[in-house]
Amino acid sequence: MLEINSRNIRTWSMMGQRGAALIIALSELASARKDIMVVTADLSLGSGLERYKIAFPEQFVDVGIAEQNMIGVAAGLAKEGNCVFTTTYAPFASMRCYEQIRNNLGVNEFNVKIIGFSSGVAMGAGGSCHHAIEDIAIMRSIPKMIVLSPADALETIKMIEEVSKTDRPAYIRLTGNLNCPVVYKEDFEYKIGKANILRTGERVALIAAGTMVNEAIRTSKLLEEKGISSTVVDMHTIKPIDKEVIDKLTKEHELIVTVEEHNIIGGLGSAVAEYLSTKETHTRQLFIGFNDIFPKMGDYNYLLKEYGLYAETICSRVIENLEKRA
Amino acid sequence: MESTEKKIEDIRQMAKRMRLKALDMALKSGKKGSHLGGAFSCMEILACLYGEVMNIHANNPTAADRDRFIASKAHCVLAYYTALYEKGFISEEELETFQENGTYFGAHPYKSARHGIEYTGGSLGMGLSLGVGMALDAKMKKRENHVYILIGDGEIQEGSNWEAIMSAAQFQLNHLTLIVDKNKLQYYGQTSQVMNIDPLTDKLKAFGWEADMVDGHDIPQLLNVLKKETKKPHAVIADTIKGKGVSFMENEREWHHSVLTKEQYETATEEVRNKPIC
Repeated sequence: MLEINSRNIRTWSMMGQRGAALIIALSELASARKDIMVVTADLSLGSGLERYKIAFPEQFVDVGIAEQNMIGVAAGLAKEGNCVFTTTYAPFASMRCYEQIRNNLGVNEFNVKIIGFSSGVAMGAGGSCHHAIEDIAIMRSIPKMIVLSPADALETIKMIEEVSKTDRPAYIRLTGNLNCPVVYKEDFEYKIGKANILRTGERVALIAAGTMVNEAIRTSKLLEEKGISSTVVDMHTIKPIDKEVIDKLTKEHELIVTVEEHNIIGGLGSAVAEYLSTKETHTRQLFIGFNDIFPKMGDYNYLLKEYGLYAETICSRVIENLEKRA
Repeated sequence: MESTEKKIEDIRQMAKRMRLKALDMALKSGKKGSHLGGAFSCMEILACLYGEVMNIHANNPTAADRDRFIASKAHCVLAYYTALYEKGFISEEELETFQENGTYFGAHPYKSARHGIEYTGGSLGMGLSLGVGMALDAKMKKRENHVYILIGDGEIQEGSNWEAIMSAAQFQLNHLTLIVDKNKLQYYGQTSQVMNIDPLTDKLKAFGWEADMVDGHDIPQLLNVLKKETKKPHAVIADTIKGKGVSFMENEREWHHSVLTKEQYETATEEVRNKPIC
């Protein structure tokens, strides 16, 4: 049983979401359950899985650089009753083998959880081929697929534990790099499909997922300095989306802002809008994300700033939107 | 010896009944058409697997030690469903619903444990990876069951197969058998002309498999090779004829998927009843 204390939380955040998932969470699960299997596509070295591989050789499979086979083999293992996690970088985890995912996890409903790490633009100078700004869109369009994106390392660990309890297929989108910001400073209740309200305010509701949750908190603080009260929601489950919390937000705020490290088409913002638009009266929405472009290359933080996924820029855009509508 | 001959004759008769049943189903499908060509090329393969080779029983379709079969060339349903019918997994009434609205039994198989259908398929190149995972689980858990995957020769053009072929050798899955229904025709024409796959046996051997070529309509040859115990993953290249058993369908590309008229049905059933296959 993992001890959740401030020291461990700091250590896990230094490992980033990927380290928390692959070094801590999967080992914890595998030691408790023999039906846990991890299948990777040549991504154990350097990703943290080396230690897992040594500790649980019977619960580990490396298929080499072959993502289509990774999903097929994982599906075969799941068909035989295992709970299988696959891991590699998000673009390869989600896109190279999309039809295998759609048919094996979607149509056949095999119990496979895909961990796509370094999603968004965490791979920075690696360029567009290593970025993933489409994965939420394509994954959530597969019927019944669960789509998750944790805000920090602790939430990653809790999310993986929770998702292992369901036999539904899932895509777990890990964002950020090492030293990811701490959003949850102490233990908290985590439930798939139940968003967490992190700050409560009045005019603006910031809905974010992944590492953008921390930027949303920073944005909220900046808005507060300008006299604008805001709510911050960690929408860690993008599918099924928490309709109850959206209902609450739309009743109590004049602007909803969705913040995602993803194309604004098909991602978190779209998921929120799809539900909002069914309401008789609904709050208007500001979409923050990549505006249908492939980001250029550069350091992770440079890219976030360059494309406005940064609290200072988000704050300005919110104020501009409020003033324009006033 | 006598009992072996009887067994062979039983399987021959089973394949004949499967062809006749398939023709009934194809006729009933009317203008929807059906995949007769690729089903008739693998009738003997399915009859051998379900009639003799596989340890699988309709009264316990999810038994842990059952052998597994995946129809990766999923359009072979007229052979697959009729084999399952022969073994009591599918009833006559259920077969009657073939390709009808709301049916379980469409042009590609839909996963249903009680019907003995392990996988919802239809997209080529997916079955072998699944089989690798299933055979890997059996190996890790020290189960003795065997996993059989049927693919088409055109299907092997899908690159995903070669990822799976590499991994089966790497994981030393000697309880995995890949059967290639090599009828030499794909949708557009001859496989050798569209995208040549040969020399297939040599390629599979080079990838670390044991590979055997047999006449895919010769029941004794098929039984012999399908029962063979190997130390490596085993590939059976079954040399077959698309549309085998009906002269006007044999080696004719258009019978990949086509409409069967009443007149053609009469001719076809007459031939299947009276002409020996091999």
